[in-house]
Amino acid sequence: MTDYAVEIRNVTKTFPLVTANDDVTLLVEKGEIHALVGENGAGKSTLMNILYGLLQPDSGSLTIDGKQVSFNGPGDAITAGIGMVHQHFMLIPPLTVAENVVLGQEPNRRGLIDMPTAIRTVQALSDQYGLKVDPTAKVETLSVGIEQRIEIIKVLYRGADVLILDEPTAVLAPQEVEEFFEILKALKAQGKTIIFITHKLHEVMAISDRVTVMRLGKMVGAVKTADTSTAEIATLMVGRQVLLQVDRGSAKPGDTVLSVTGLEALDNKALPALKGVDLSVRAGEILGIAGVEGNGQTELVEVITGLRPATKGEVQLAGKTIDGLSPRAVRAHGVGHIPEDRHRRGLVLEYTVADNTILGIHYHPPFVKSRGVDVLDPGAIVAKAERLVAEFDIRPTDPLNPAGNLSGGNQQKVVVAREMDQQPQLLIAAQPTRGVDVGSIEFIHKRLIEARDGGTAVLVISADLEEVLSLSDRIAVIYEGEIVGELAPEEATEERLGLLMTGAS
Amino acid sequence: MMATLWAILASTIRLAVPYTLAGLGGTYSERAGVVNIGLEGQMLSGAFAAVAVTNILGSAWLGLLAAIGVGMLLGLIHGVVCISCKADQIVSGLAIIIFSAGITVFCSWLLFDKTQIKAIATLKVPLLHEMDFFKAFFSQIPPLVFVTVLIVLVSHVLLFKTVIGLRLRAVGEYPKAADTLGVNVYRMRYLAVVISGGLAGMGGAYLSLEHAHYFVKGISAGRGFIGLAAMIFGKWTPLGTAGAGLLFGFGEAVKPYLPKVVPSQFIDMVPYLLTIFVLASAIGRATPPASVGIPYSKE
Ligand SMILES: Nc1ncnc2c1ncn2[C@@H]1O[C@H](COP(=O)(O)OP(=O)(O)OP(=O)(O)O)[C@@H](O)[C@H]1O
Ligand SMILES: [Mg+2]
Repeated sequence: MTDYAVEIRNVTKTFPLVTANDDVTLLVEKGEIHALVGENGAGKSTLMNILYGLLQPDSGSLTIDGKQVSFNGPGDAITAGIGMVHQHFMLIPPLTVAENVVLGQEPNRRGLIDMPTAIRTVQALSDQYGLKVDPTAKVETLSVGIEQRIEIIKVLYRGADVLILDEPTAVLAPQEVEEFFEILKALKAQGKTIIFITHKLHEVMAISDRVTVMRLGKMVGAVKTADTSTAEIATLMVGRQVLLQVDRGSAKPGDTVLSVTGLEALDNKALPALKGVDLSVRAGEILGIAGVEGNGQTELVEVITGLRPATKGEVQLAGKTIDGLSPRAVRAHGVGHIPEDRHRRGLVLEYTVADNTILGIHYHPPFVKSRGVDVLDPGAIVAKAERLVAEFDIRPTDPLNPAGNLSGGNQQKVVVAREMDQQPQLLIAAQPTRGVDVGSIEFIHKRLIEARDGGTAVLVISADLEEVLSLSDRIAVIYEGEIVGELAPEEATEERLGLLMTGAS
Repeated sequence: MMATLWAILASTIRLAVPYTLAGLGGTYSERAGVVNIGLEGQMLSGAFAAVAVTNILGSAWLGLLAAIGVGMLLGLIHGVVCISCKADQIVSGLAIIIFSAGITVFCSWLLFDKTQIKAIATLKVPLLHEMDFFKAFFSQIPPLVFVTVLIVLVSHVLLFKTVIGLRLRAVGEYPKAADTLGVNVYRMRYLAVVISGGLAGMGGAYLSLEHAHYFVKGISAGRGFIGLAAMIFGKWTPLGTAGAGLLFGFGEAVKPYLPKVVPSQFIDMVPYLLTIFVLASAIGRATPPASVGIPYSKE
């Protein structure tokens, strides 16, 4: 008989609009790395939230280490030795990294927090596993890549026996993923059991022992990784064959749309983040920016979109200076922006999908009608949303569903749909496929290329090298706030990029 | 001259106490994510309970305990309504204010047949009060002032240096994140509103037992709201709140000494104007806890 660390049997969970888990059984052996894959909205996060005690199943049973359990909350799951990295970060912005890590299990002397010990412990974990963070920094000043590291450190700190990792690699750079896999292997060697959710199938092949595939709330297969292939997994997930690489044809660039010269800007800690960036993007081409997270990408995007002031230099859009303009004015000049963090910048989670599809253009007709005062026209808004929901395959399809109820990948599709639909002159896509499933990546990539072919200048910033390589007509590498090299995709091998990205030019 | 300065200083300190206690109450509650405008009502009920129990049982210390208890009970009710039942926190707070205004008058008539009740005792510190020096001193700076100072310092340590404080603040910022780490969001929020009500009740006891020496209907007279202003002015920190309480106390203390050209109503506006100024100015911008006012539900 196999020794299971986790047995989820016949679990069903329904939400008002969907059955997120439909009689799902997932068996995870002790000491294995078990990949859980499936399309956006397949029910992966829901199942893991049930295992972690955050959601209560309608029916079904959980067994941990051979003992049947029922969790009233995450506290019970933690006691049972389960730890989880959540798809959407569970970090408290005004607290420091160390405070976020130790919260709930604080080192203390008779109730007084022992901060030096907390900081030392976090620093030690950070050093031991190569997850660079400053324990005393406030989380609100950090970028998503670093937030991801903190989430991983949180789980390591708790020393759980069963680790649930819900898309932990979504915003990690390739080198970081490598290092992360080393961590996973070390944990596995210590006898820990790991459930790993990802949309990147090569990661599944590289690290997992077995794979379970979910589709539309059901289990559709569990296989040994050694006996399968990415193509087979993709087909199981989507129910059809998926192009893992998009054919993009060659670009026919036109006039320069975006030109950035000598741009300098400070980061949230008022330290120089951009140190004289020069770049330009022409109509009808895709410029990809490759770089390790935290080298100025976030600030670059924020300056161009008007969210952060430049301290020096100039940003021009089709010959007009746009730096110093408000984000709204920048948008009005024809700049679309898919932000790196959809929760912080992309969506209002409490609003409906429909209302989210008009954010930023909500003051234009046909969404407002002037009847003395401007009033929103719900009919026009819903009509637009219905069109986008169909076009971008957003599920569930109800335009009046709050965006917060969508799965992560579907939330991303809402943002992408809104920004693309405006047919901007310049489209800035930061981590455009973060947390999106293979089928949708294919789709979003196709749409980005269509936008390019329609004459849009596209700037793609991604921690995912493969994405940059497969989309870009030119690749610029950013390192410590400077563009340190520019390559044509033919000459850009992963090795050459890797060297440039780490400053070893 | 010196005598006037001393009088203003002593009066500032005396007047700062209720603002500070109410403001601290607000700080605990809002730091955990619950708005408690009911402070005003908890204070009023506390003021009544203090005098009623003092006069019936003959001990001002028991009166003080009763005031704190009544405040905590009203805090608990606020908690049940808006933490467990997830009702609107402003509406619940308002209900507590209106309820307190009614029940105190009702009980005054019922128990004492009038709405202005003189307290038959004040808080006396055993031993110290026998000495003439302290007796004179306490008539200027009542004993509860020292308790308040202690509470301010303890609150600072509690909120920013202890496990409970970290969890309490976490719950007010991002309850879901705290929940995923096994922090019991509901328990922390209940703890905070109960402390909040207790502090407001104590502020009420101070008003009726130490400050006015009687209870009269509506004695809290908006001090709970000024306490909220002190909390905002003090950026949701105990030390800042106490500082703001002193500032507002000073504004009131100098009133009798100001030339009569400025109508006193304008002076009464000062705390609110200062608060609006602080909220509106970019310098030292005060950001409230991110999840304040939003009930937490698990799914
Ligand atoms: N709180 C909620 N209320 C209502 N519906 C929900 C809620 N959470 C999830 N759902 C729905 O349940 C389904 C499964 O969502 P889930 O987040 O588990 O998907 P997922 O497999 O993790 O997808 P992704 O890869 O995009 O993260 C989706 O259709 C989603 O819209
Ligand atoms: Mg998910």
